[in-house]
Amino acid sequence: MAKTSPHFPERVEFTKEMKKDYTILIPQMAPLHWNIMSPVFTANGFNVEILNFEGDEVVQTGLKYVHNDTCYPALLTTGQMIYALNSGKYDPHKVAMVIMQSGGGCRASNYIHLQRKALAKAGYGYVPIISANMSKMEKNSGFDVSISMILQLIAGMVYGDLVMLLSNQVRPYEINKGDTDRVIAKWTKILGNEFYENKRQGFKKIAKNLNAVAKDFAAIPIKIEKKIKVGVIGEIYVKYSPFGNNHLEEFLSKQDCEVMIPSLLGFILFKADVRIEDIKLYGGSLVKKYGVNALIKYLLKMEDMLIKAISAHPQFTAPEYFMKTKALTEGVIGYGNRMGEGWFLTAEMLELVKKGYENIVCAQPFGCLPCHVCGKGMINKVRRIDPRANIVAVEYDPGATKVNQENRIKLMLAVAKENILGSK
Amino acid sequence: MKIGIDVGSTTIKCVVLDELNNIIYRSYERHFAMIVEKTVSAIRAAKERFNITEPVSLSISGSAGMGLAEWSGVPFVQEVYATKVAVNSRIPDTDVVIELGGEDAKILFLQGNLEVRMNGSCAGGTGAFADQMANLLDVTVDEMNDLAKDHDKIYTIASRCGVFAKTDVQPLLNQGARKSDIAASILYSIVNQTVTGLAQGHPITGKIVYLGGPLTFMSELRKSFDDTLKCEGICPEDSLYFVALGAALYSDAVIDLDEALEKMEKFKTKTANTFLPALFEDEKEYEAFKVRHAKDTVPVYKDYRSFADEAYLGIDAGSTTLKIVLTDKNGKIVYSKYSQNKGNPIDVIREFLLEVYETIPDMKIVSSAVTGYGEEMIKNALCIDNGVVETIAHFTAAKKFMPDVEFIIDIGGQDMKCFKIRNGAIDNIFLNEACSSGCGSFLQTFASSMGYEIEDFAEKGLFAKNPVDLGSRCTVFMNSSVKQAQKDGATVEDISAGLSISVIKNALYKVIRAHSPEELGKKIVVQGGTFYNNAVLRAFEQEMGVDVIRPDIAGLMGAYGAALYAQENSRGESTLLGADALKDFTYTVKAVTCNGCNNHCKLTINDFNGRKFVGGNQCELPVSQKVRDTSLDIYSYKLELLDSYKPKGGTRGRIGIPMGLNMYEMLPFWHAFFTSLGFEVVMSGFSNRETYLRGQGTIPSDTVCFPAKMLHGHIQKLIDDGIENIFYPCMTYNFDEKAGDNHYNCPVVAYYPEVIEANVPELSKVNYIMDYVGPHRAKDFPKKMHGIMCKYFSGINLRDVQKAADEAYREYDSYMSNIKKKGQEIIEKARSLNKKIIVLVGRPYHVDPEISHGIHKLITSLGLAVISEDCLPHPEQKFRVGVLNQWTYHSRLYSAAKYVCDENDMYVIQLVSFGCGVDAITTDEVRMILEHNNKLYTQIKIDEITNLGAVKIRVRSLLAAIEYEERRR
Repeated sequence: MAKTSPHFPERVEFTKEMKKDYTILIPQMAPLHWNIMSPVFTANGFNVEILNFEGDEVVQTGLKYVHNDTCYPALLTTGQMIYALNSGKYDPHKVAMVIMQSGGGCRASNYIHLQRKALAKAGYGYVPIISANMSKMEKNSGFDVSISMILQLIAGMVYGDLVMLLSNQVRPYEINKGDTDRVIAKWTKILGNEFYENKRQGFKKIAKNLNAVAKDFAAIPIKIEKKIKVGVIGEIYVKYSPFGNNHLEEFLSKQDCEVMIPSLLGFILFKADVRIEDIKLYGGSLVKKYGVNALIKYLLKMEDMLIKAISAHPQFTAPEYFMKTKALTEGVIGYGNRMGEGWFLTAEMLELVKKGYENIVCAQPFGCLPCHVCGKGMINKVRRIDPRANIVAVEYDPGATKVNQENRIKLMLAVAKENILGSK
Repeated sequence: MKIGIDVGSTTIKCVVLDELNNIIYRSYERHFAMIVEKTVSAIRAAKERFNITEPVSLSISGSAGMGLAEWSGVPFVQEVYATKVAVNSRIPDTDVVIELGGEDAKILFLQGNLEVRMNGSCAGGTGAFADQMANLLDVTVDEMNDLAKDHDKIYTIASRCGVFAKTDVQPLLNQGARKSDIAASILYSIVNQTVTGLAQGHPITGKIVYLGGPLTFMSELRKSFDDTLKCEGICPEDSLYFVALGAALYSDAVIDLDEALEKMEKFKTKTANTFLPALFEDEKEYEAFKVRHAKDTVPVYKDYRSFADEAYLGIDAGSTTLKIVLTDKNGKIVYSKYSQNKGNPIDVIREFLLEVYETIPDMKIVSSAVTGYGEEMIKNALCIDNGVVETIAHFTAAKKFMPDVEFIIDIGGQDMKCFKIRNGAIDNIFLNEACSSGCGSFLQTFASSMGYEIEDFAEKGLFAKNPVDLGSRCTVFMNSSVKQAQKDGATVEDISAGLSISVIKNALYKVIRAHSPEELGKKIVVQGGTFYNNAVLRAFEQEMGVDVIRPDIAGLMGAYGAALYAQENSRGESTLLGADALKDFTYTVKAVTCNGCNNHCKLTINDFNGRKFVGGNQCELPVSQKVRDTSLDIYSYKLELLDSYKPKGGTRGRIGIPMGLNMYEMLPFWHAFFTSLGFEVVMSGFSNRETYLRGQGTIPSDTVCFPAKMLHGHIQKLIDDGIENIFYPCMTYNFDEKAGDNHYNCPVVAYYPEVIEANVPELSKVNYIMDYVGPHRAKDFPKKMHGIMCKYFSGINLRDVQKAADEAYREYDSYMSNIKKKGQEIIEKARSLNKKIIVLVGRPYHVDPEISHGIHKLITSLGLAVISEDCLPHPEQKFRVGVLNQWTYHSRLYSAAKYVCDENDMYVIQLVSFGCGVDAITTDEVRMILEHNNKLYTQIKIDEITNLGAVKIRVRSLLAAIEYEERRR
C-alpha cells in the first residue's frame, strides 16, 4: 500500500528545503508559555506562528474532520489546523504543523495520525505535520532541533511557568488595574529578545532572569484581601488552554477567586520520570536511560532555581519540589500509572490542598480515559486523605455547555465560601 | 420580608418569607423557556400581593436564572447550595438529600464535610425522563405512578440516560409486557440512575429527605427509593420549594424591586449564543421550496371503497407509531393509515383490517409483509406472509421514487436509519446508537414542554432570524444547550429552528459522521415522519448543499416498501387472517422468567387463539425446547473454556480473581500461577444483572465504559463471599504480539485496579493486591513478582515463583492456542456446511454475557458461524495502518480486518463498548481497512442496554447485502 490515499496517508516529511521558506503553525495551548517560547524557534531558523483561532467555527471544523468521540483536545487542535488552512491567511503549500506527541498508552499519542487523516480528508494531505516528542518516534530532516535549542525551550517554559504562577498570585490583588499585565508584557518582550539574539541561557543567566521577574511582580502594589483560592488541574490541554476550558481562568477571576495553575515543568518531569519507574517496576537497564536521567537532572536544577526565585518573596506561594510532590502520592496511586497525566494529576490535587488551594477544578475532556482513573477516580481518596479538599470535576467537549460547567463550578465555590466564612 | 426565586429547567418557583422565616407565599409555574417574562411576573405577583415598596432582600437560584441574576445585579445562589441552606434550616438532622428536578438529579451528603453530587453532562434528566416514559406508555405521569402500584415484576431497564431506557421500554411494549410492570421498572431505573450516577462510593444511609417535583408527585418513586436504599425517606412539606426557600434564606443583599425588575426586563441575549443562517430568507424562498417538494408523490385511489382487485399489505410497526399501506399491483396506494401504536400494535392492526375488510369488500389481499420493531410478534399474531428487515423495506420504497438512489435517510420518532447504496445493495448502515437519537420524538417532547403542538413549533422555526446553534450531540446535551440559550434569552423561534438544525447535524456528524456531502452522494431520498417537518427538511438540504427527494408519503415509506416487498415475494395466496378469524381473535400475554440457563431472560408468552409466541428470548430454548447448538460459536467456547478454571484447593488460602476487563484473557495465566504456588484460586464468575447492581454504588465516573463499571460488582462479590485475598494487578503493558508499534493496554484496562482501590471502601476488609506487574518481560517477571508476593505472604521463595511463572506462561499459551485451534475448526465446519462466517471482533471481555448481551447467540441463530479476532493470525509482515498501532488488543482488530479482506465468506462485525475512547480510533481504521478492499463493515455499539432489536437490523441487513452480492456474482 505504497501510494498515498486519504485513508492511509503517507507521512510527509518536513525537509531541509522546507525549513527555508515554510511557516510552521503551532496550535495554541498555554498562551503565556507559548508566547515566550516561540522566539526560540525564530532564533533557530524556523518561521513559526501560533494558531490562536477560537470560536464555534473552529469547533465545527474539528467536528467535521475527526471522529466525534475523539478527545476534545484532538478535535480542537485539528479544527484549528484546518480552519487556518481554509482561512486564506496562509499558502497551504508553504506551511507545516507541529504538535507535541507524548508517546504513551493514552489516545493522545494518536493525535498526529488522526490529524494526518483529517488533513488528507480536507485536501491538505501534502502539509507536513511534525511530531515533537521525547520518544524518537518520527524524524524530520528539516526539524533539526539542537540540544542548545531544547535547552532554550526549557528555559522558555520555566520563564512561562514563573510568569504564570506569579501573575496569578498578584493580579487579583493589584491596586492599579493592569499592573500585572504590564509586567507580563514587559518580560515577554525582554525574554523574547534574548532568545531572538540567541543569548546563551546558562544557569547563571536563567537564575538572574528568574529573580528579576519575581522581583518585578513582587513590586506591584497590592491590597491584602481574603479571596477564595482555586487550583486548576486536569488533562494537560484543557488545563492550560483557554479555548479548551471555556476561558476557565477568566471565569474564576470574575468570581473573585485567586487561581493557581501548577507548572508545566512538573508535567514534563513526570513524563520523564515514568520512564525510570517503568524499569524499576518491570526490569530493564537503567544505564540505557542515561539521556532521560540527564534530562531529569537538568530539569530539577531548573526547578530549584524557579522555586528559589519565588521563595525569595515570602508573600508568594512557590510550587513544591517535584520529588516531594511525588512522595505525596506514595501509597495513594502507583508510580507505574503513567498514561496521560497519570499519578501526577493526583499528586497535584494533594499538593494544591496542602498549599492552601483546597478548592480544585479538575478539568478533563469528556470521556478522557486516563482521567477516569487519576482524575475522577481519585477524588474520593484525596478527600479521605485530606478532608479539606473541595474538588469538582468538569468535563469539556463540544456538546457540554458553559452554563452547566459554570453551574458546577459555582457550587464548588459556594462550598468554598462557606468554608471561609463559616456556615450560614 | 425575604424573596427567593428558583428558575429551574422547566419551572419557576417563588417563595416569600416573613420575619420569622415562615413561608407566607409560594408560586409554582412552568416557564416554557420564557425566563425573563416569567421571572419578572413571579416577582411582580409577590410584590403586588404584599404591596412591597421598600427594598427587600431577594436572591435568585437555579441554573437557568444565572445569566439574568448577573445582569440585574440580584445575588445568585447556586441551587444545590440553596437546597443545603434550606435543609439546614428546616430539617437540620438530615443526613442525605435526594433531589430530582426537571432535568437534574442531585444528592447532598450533609453529615461531616458537605459533599454534593450533581448529574454529569451525560446522565439524562429525571423529570423530563419520567415525562418521556409516560408519553411512551401513553399515560400521564400520575397514571404511571398509579400503574406502578400494581406491578408484580421488574424488568431491566437501562438506567443511564433516557434514550437508553426508551430502547429498553419499547421492545417490552411490543412484546406485550404489562404496563404496570413497565411503569414500576421505569421508576426503579430512575432510582438506579440516581444511585449509580451520584452516590459514587458514598453510602446513602441515615435520615434521607426527598425533594423536587418527581419525588413530590410520585409516591411509587419514593417507595422505589425506599426499597432500594432500605430506608424510609421523608418528603417534607414544601418539598417543591426548597431551592427557592434556600435562596430566600441566603439572601442578605437588600434590593429595590422596581429597579431590579426594570433591569431584568431589559435583559437581552448577549453574544454567548452562536447563530446559524436563517432557514429561509423570505416567504418567496419558502414557496419555491414547497413547490419543488410537491412533485414527489405516489398516486392514491380517491374512491378506494370500490377497489376490486388484488392488493398487497405492508405494515411498519415502528417504535412509537404504526404505519399500514395497501397497494395495487402498480404500487398505487389503495388505502393507508398512520397512527400511534398506543403500546399495543396488534389491536390497532386488527381494527384496521376489520375496517378495510368491511369498507373495501371486493379487495383481495394476496400477499402481506411486516417490518419494524414489532415485526415478529405481529407476523405471528396475524399470520402475515413475510417479515422484512427495515432497511430493505425502506430501500424498496425509495427505489420507486429514485431508481438510482445513492443514499437514504430515515428519521422517525425514535430512530434514525441511514444507509448508502452501492452497486444496488445496502452497503453501509448507520443507526442512531443508543446515545444520540435526537429524533422526532425529541422535537415533539420539546415542543410540548414549551407549550406548543409540534406543527406550530416547527412552523415557528421556518422564519427565525437567528437560529441558535445547539450543538450536535445526544438529546441530553441539546437539553442543556437549550437551557443555555434560554438563559441568554433566545426566542422560541430561534430555538425551534436551532433544534431542527441540530437534529440534522446530529444525523450527519454524529450518526453518519459524514464530513462532506459528496461522501454521501448526490441522489438522496429522505423519509420518516420527521421530514414532514419543513424546517428539518430545509436544514438537511442546507447542510448537505443538495436538493433531495422527500416523498409525500415520507412517513409511510417503511410500510409502502413492505407492501412492495410483499408483491415481489407473493406466493399468490395470503396466509393473513381473514375477517372471521380476526373477529374471534383474542390473545393473552404472560410474563415469565426463563430458567433454561444463567441468562434468565424475561420472556413474554403470547397466546394468539392457541398459537403461542415467545418474545424476549435470547435463544431458541424456550421456543423449541432444543438446546442451542454451540459448535459454530467461539464465544460460547471461550466461556466454557474460562469456566473450566475451577478452584483446585491449596494450602495457602484462597485468592479471588474478579472476572472483568483483561482478566477475561489473563485468568489462565494467573490461575496457573497461583495454583502452582499453593493458593486456591476463586473467580468471581461471569457477570449478570445482579453483579452490576451489587457494585453500582462505588462507580466514581459515570462516563467510563460498561465493562469497567462491571468490575465493581465482581470485586464486591469476592468481598461478600469472604475471600481473604483479591488479586487484580495493574498492567500498563500487555504481551507483545509483535503486530504493532507498541503493546499497551488501554488506560482503563491498565489502571482500573487503582480506581477500585480508591473507591470500594470494603476493600479494607481484605488483602487487595493491585501491584504493577509486567508479564510482558518474561525474564524479569519472576523476580519482580517474587518481590511483590513477599510483600503479602511469607515463605514464598524465588524458585517457587519461577516455577509458577513457567506454568503460567505455558497455560496462557495453551489457552490462546486452544482458541486459535477452535477457530480453525469452526471455519472448516462452517465451510463444509456452506455457512457464512462472522468475525465478531472486540475485546476479550466482550465474551462476558452481560456485556455482549448474547449477540453471538443472535448471530448464530441467523444461521451464521461466529469466530473472534484472536482466532485469526497476525499477518506475517507488519502492515501499514493509518494510526499509531500501539495497543495489543487493538492490533488484533487491524490484523483480523486485514485477514478478512482475502476471505470471501468472512465478514467483520465490530463490538464497541459505549464510551470506549480507543474505539473512536479503531472503528475508523477497521472500517478503512475493509472498505479499502471492498468489504462490508458493520459496527455494533453496546452498553448496559439489553435490547437486541437494533443489532438484529444490522445483522439482517448485512445478510441481505451479502445475499445481493452473491446473486450478482
